[in-house]
Amino acid sequence: MMKVFIGQDNIITPLGFSTKENLDNILNGETGIRTCTNTPLSSKPFPASLIDNTEINERFQALGDIQKYTRFEKLSILSIENALKNSTIPLSDPRTLFILSTTKGNIELLDDDLREDFSKERLNLYTTAKIISEFFSLYNTPMIISNACISGIAAIILGQRLISQGLYDNVIVNGTDVLSRFVVSGFQSFLSLSASPCKPFDANRDGLTLGEGSATIILTKDKSSIEIVNGATSNDANHISGPSTTGEGLFIAINNATKNYKNIDLISAHGTATLYNDDMESKAISRAGLESVPTNSLKGYFGHTLGAAGIIESLINLESLKKNILINTIGCTTPGTVENINIIQEKKDQQLNCLLKLASGFGGCNAAALFLKHE
Amino acid sequence: MNKLYINKHVKLLNNTVYIDQEKKFSVESDENFSSFAKSVYKNYEIKYSKFYKMDALCKLGFLSADLLLRDLNRENILPEEIAIITANSSSSLHTDKNYQKTLSEIPSPAVFVYTLPNIVSGEISIKNNIKGESLFFIQDKFDTKFISEYVKYLFENTNTKLCITGWIEINMNEDYQTDLYLISKNEGSLEFIETNLNVTYNHE
Amino acid sequence: MNELIEKLKTQLIEQLNLEDIEPDEIVANEALFGDGLCLDSIDALEIIVLLEKEYNIKIGNPKEGKEIMYSIESLAKFITENKGK
Repeated sequence: MMKVFIGQDNIITPLGFSTKENLDNILNGETGIRTCTNTPLSSKPFPASLIDNTEINERFQALGDIQKYTRFEKLSILSIENALKNSTIPLSDPRTLFILSTTKGNIELLDDDLREDFSKERLNLYTTAKIISEFFSLYNTPMIISNACISGIAAIILGQRLISQGLYDNVIVNGTDVLSRFVVSGFQSFLSLSASPCKPFDANRDGLTLGEGSATIILTKDKSSIEIVNGATSNDANHISGPSTTGEGLFIAINNATKNYKNIDLISAHGTATLYNDDMESKAISRAGLESVPTNSLKGYFGHTLGAAGIIESLINLESLKKNILINTIGCTTPGTVENINIIQEKKDQQLNCLLKLASGFGGCNAAALFLKHE
Repeated sequence: MNKLYINKHVKLLNNTVYIDQEKKFSVESDENFSSFAKSVYKNYEIKYSKFYKMDALCKLGFLSADLLLRDLNRENILPEEIAIITANSSSSLHTDKNYQKTLSEIPSPAVFVYTLPNIVSGEISIKNNIKGESLFFIQDKFDTKFISEYVKYLFENTNTKLCITGWIEINMNEDYQTDLYLISKNEGSLEFIETNLNVTYNHE
Repeated sequence: MNELIEKLKTQLIEQLNLEDIEPDEIVANEALFGDGLCLDSIDALEIIVLLEKEYNIKIGNPKEGKEIMYSIESLAKFITENKGK
């Protein structure tokens, strides 16, 4: 089995159009969450992390016709293009694969009023993935994972498994989700959105904040300083929208992902800031004996970016690993979950070598991925 | 590495239930999907009140999995050793269309919860107490080569001892099809190889 | 009030897709979220939708809803006290 490493990457959120920009802003304590008023997304103002559309189009103009691609596609292409900039991986090659992670793709096209010039065919995720893939003249049919909020991590785990078996040399994983009235109204109907920017793991947390983003991570057999060691997915077998109160599924995923590794230095939690999710995660982390491992949630910086979340948050915490800096959980003033875990509340320099990334999603799905830094 | 076998195959297509390629139950071809699903539920005497809350995609997957797992001896298998690896081409668009309609009145949370394709794996997991590896793929056509290789990977490299895998699809026009396979090392007449995964399409 | 209770039973069955349950199977003062009907958190949200759609009453906080939705009886009482306010 081949070892798998992390190559180039990119993040696009309101905090920037590159990983570096996003990281710099985070280290400066900036958040992408703003109060959004006067948008077609919602009749009432609500906090969200939205990417400026004008900037998307301005940047995309250098790459292609802004009218020919949907907002979702433009973001995905911009992210992949930026990640590939300093990469030498052969694109039109059978040993290169593209995996797209998304929950809803071009779902706003269901709204006849907003649909503009795109046919309903674009609603099919395999169509939109093909369009993105063709932009880069990629050889293989893209793979698409649509598995709720674990999609990003699941895509990374899948890429690692495929390279480790020798089926591919390079896997381009892109996770993208944009906000739409469809998605925002749905979360509003769940009464799961906080009226203010989310407070992950805080004792007074009262709901999540939505965000949009696109992130790309290139997995490769070529050695680099970060190795993606292992990963696992699982199910709670409890409820389709409420997480297990015992953290059962996530606990199973953590155990299977971490197997022989005892020295985990950092946990990047899912930390959506809903009452139930953060409690569940604290339970699972505690059951796994990891309650003293420094743990953060980045959702206070980006909001919950759904299909992009696993990738954005992995990349930022991998930067943590590279720079030996713990990033604090913005929005968390006083940690308060059913189990006590070690929530990072202040930036701190610390030697870090091993990252565990967690995710959970609707349907009771869970994922965990383990990354190791090689000096 | 031991060989893997297809221990059972359930197909739902054209208002008919096929088990191991044999026609077992059907209703009139002009009945709609909802009516067909209810008929299958009643015919096989399934008792699960949550069934009626499910969307079409989940009903399809739930019924297929129920028939697939009947009479299965699960004694030596833990819930986390059972994997669900499934795919379709339309994601949850059938339900997405229904949810979009509720936006003109009051958005329905009970419909919104089903606007993700992997919820079907969730429903199968809950009813059958399955906690193992799980992934939902979107593919234009069922990628038998990839799926057979990936499932093999799970048996070889994770603690997977049993796998439910296949195609669970319903599109916005309500054309539907499932082909669900039960895979394990228990020897059977049908080896788990690409060519034995015969998913045909009714809308080609 | 009894009329409202009977009406609510039918409305609940429809709104929550309780297809295999007859109105006379629902006991008015029995816990809706207990062992009887086994309603869950999504059902609670749909009852909130029902209250808005049929009775013009808005509940913004799910915690508020818990007491109100204890039983059909408590729901009927709440509606009678708050209808169209």
